[in-house]
Amino acid sequence: MAFRVMYFAWMRERIGEASEVIDIKAATVQDIVDHLRTREERYQLAFEDMSAVKVAVDQVLSDYDTPLKGGEEIAFFPPMTGG
Amino acid sequence: MRVSVQAEPFDPGAELNQFSDLNGRAGAVVSFSGLVRGDDLDALELEHYPGMTEKALSDIQTQAHDRWNLIDSLIIHRYGRLSLGEPIMMVATASPHRSDAFQAAEFMMDYLKSKAPFWKKELRGDHGAWVDARQADAEALKRWSS
Repeated sequence: MAFRVMYFAWMRERIGEASEVIDIKAATVQDIVDHLRTREERYQLAFEDMSAVKVAVDQVLSDYDTPLKGGEEIAFFPPMTGG
Repeated sequence: MRVSVQAEPFDPGAELNQFSDLNGRAGAVVSFSGLVRGDDLDALELEHYPGMTEKALSDIQTQAHDRWNLIDSLIIHRYGRLSLGEPIMMVATASPHRSDAFQAAEFMMDYLKSKAPFWKKELRGDHGAWVDARQADAEALKRWSS
């Protein structure tokens, strides 16, 4: 299953990439997070405090238990500060 | 109903005049503009999520129209580098009634602060600091949940 994963604001800076394609088996967003956390330290740092990380699936704000079919665009970012 | 997500500066006065002209029979028009604030800042850098931003703002606008008696509404939000005092964003609402126009404008402001994918970074010299989300902004949503 391939997913396009995107990072914004300090998530992007900590990880050092704006987006990447990953190919793993994932039933929920949490599976993606668990996979990314096993990678290098920069990923562990970015996903250290999950209360500060929000997620969107196909550009809609979602939860970590949101089910995935494969092919979705998953974005991780800190709480928004617009306005 | 118009949503504009843009890097270019805009003139809130000119936008409001145009919006009022378009809705000359509405009865009530309310507008709010947010400006870059700060005593020790050089500039603000606004990042956003192209695609999701437009969807989120349109969704907030649709919710406001479902909830209040609105004839028209406008949301403009900038991204990129902004100088002190420059307009960041504006909302405007047109309604037959003042109360609907005010409440819908406040609702759209509260929602876009916490639900539209924008992130502010404060620039001082060559140092940049991401702005933390305020708990008060998240709390502000609760009054609309009844």
